[in-house]
Amino acid sequence: MSDQCEETLGVGLLCEGQHDPGTPPAGLRRAPSGVDGLSTEHLIINMGPQHPSTHGVLRMIIEVDGEEVIASEVSVGYLHRGIEKLAEHRRYDAVGTLMDRGDYVSGIMGELAFALAAEQLMEVDVPRKAHWLRSLTSELNRLASHLVWYGTFGLDTGAMGQFLYAMREREALCDILEAITGQRMMFNYVRPGGVVADLPVGVEEKIRAFLATFPTYLGEYDQLLGGNEIFQARVKGIGVIDRDMALAFGLTGANLRAAGVDFDVRKARPYAAYPELDFEVPLGTVGDAWDRYTVRMGEMAQSARMIGQLIDGMPEGDHIAKVSKIIRPAAGEVYASVESSRGETGVHLVSDGTEHPYRMHYRGPSLYAVQALEELLPGHLLGDVVMLIGSTDVMLGEIDR
Amino acid sequence: MALDKLTGENSMLFIRSEQLFDFARRNSLWYIAFGIACCAIEGLMSASGPRFDFDRMGVFFRNSPRQADVMIVAGTVNKKMALTVKRLYDQMPEPKWVVAMGACASTGGPFREYPNVVLGVDKIIPVDVYIPGCPPRPESVQYAFIELQKKIARRTEERLAARTS
Ligand code: SF4
Repeated sequence: MSDQCEETLGVGLLCEGQHDPGTPPAGLRRAPSGVDGLSTEHLIINMGPQHPSTHGVLRMIIEVDGEEVIASEVSVGYLHRGIEKLAEHRRYDAVGTLMDRGDYVSGIMGELAFALAAEQLMEVDVPRKAHWLRSLTSELNRLASHLVWYGTFGLDTGAMGQFLYAMREREALCDILEAITGQRMMFNYVRPGGVVADLPVGVEEKIRAFLATFPTYLGEYDQLLGGNEIFQARVKGIGVIDRDMALAFGLTGANLRAAGVDFDVRKARPYAAYPELDFEVPLGTVGDAWDRYTVRMGEMAQSARMIGQLIDGMPEGDHIAKVSKIIRPAAGEVYASVESSRGETGVHLVSDGTEHPYRMHYRGPSLYAVQALEELLPGHLLGDVVMLIGSTDVMLGEIDR
Repeated sequence: MALDKLTGENSMLFIRSEQLFDFARRNSLWYIAFGIACCAIEGLMSASGPRFDFDRMGVFFRNSPRQADVMIVAGTVNKKMALTVKRLYDQMPEPKWVVAMGACASTGGPFREYPNVVLGVDKIIPVDVYIPGCPPRPESVQYAFIELQKKIARRTEERLAARTS
């Protein structure tokens, strides 16, 4: 058996029970097939669209040989509801409602991408305060979104407790966002020209109270999940998306940065208040699931840091520029993008000078991640599939749109 | 109703089987973990989170439709999804209930102009409780479960009345 094991496992990783994060996934943890002349038969497994761990209505068709995935196919479209098409029939200030429902866990970023695109066409001067409020709500929303990911990623690897803590923190963030925008999830807060409302009285204290505890808690949460040996064994060295693969698939966000590529829209094409903020972009090294985990945890710490800066330095002034009730931007074609919780969320907007967009294309980063999954899964064990889907943090709302 | 208060030592409890079973059903409404879209974050995830904690009402999620009593349709159902929703509903054992959560599941919501979207899940499966909102707050989902419990209690009375008349 051990000879066989050496042979079929390649580097014998499973035998030694160690992970070498530098080894590419091909042949990793390959189960021995055809032992003692017994042949195995391939089995096709359908997973989804109703599956508790596919993060929505993702459907995967997986071909397995014993425990090992040899081919996978992603089937999307179960949540297609025509966001791009409907935007052609909405006024410019109402498209935000649709963008919210794209990447529904981090709605502000979608709205912001659209508002930035519309503003390029409108040539409007956005007040400084609006920029700061946009960054503030974006970072609050990023925290809320990453907490949902943190909770569910733990569930995918078999842990439970962290989900309850993540949801507790998320409730605090939902309260803050509700106080600012009026809604817990679907904000419609960022409009072309600025934001809808100024910070209400009392929300600053709420945010400060949250920030007083959150960084400490975050360290504890990291220990709770990341410090768990079982969790580490399940994610370290598994699901390597290296630099080349990440770039080839057009990945952005934490999935790309986990591979060590330093690309963050907030730094590369600064928008809102980010040029004025002091923050770092956490990077990974090899691009395995563990790196994606650490990058996102690092991002949460950075977001908390930025929220502190934003609250301290919040400028005075108007929160929205003077824009007409019915916006008719100049005809033209623009692209604007933001760093959402999942990567580069972009909006390509074509205007023909009327009050509706002529065409709006929504670039959702999850669509690229889900394509990379198709290539990533073969070679891994069936039990890792759910973990790998969780590690890429895909959001079906923006895949199907 | 705390049953242990009613039952002392050597005491007997006379209850109609309908009442007993419906009492149990009403207080252990297990729902199928089936989130379609945005509403799932509020209706399923926040719901099982610590603040709203639906578990204390006996409302708990099951991953398989075969173990579930309630289906919360949380999200936009499009024509591709409709078949799956119907099939999941058919797989649930009787008696079963459906909660249409949010504007989308009730009427098509913000996407109702789009031809691919089913205009309310009641076009494909019977719905017991509708929750307005986009997304509804987790409190309204709780309220929906309370209404559902009342509905089951009414059902018990109806069944008893039908038997005694
Ligand atoms: S009702 Fe609103 S929040 Fe719920 S699924 Fe529909 S669009 Fe999303």
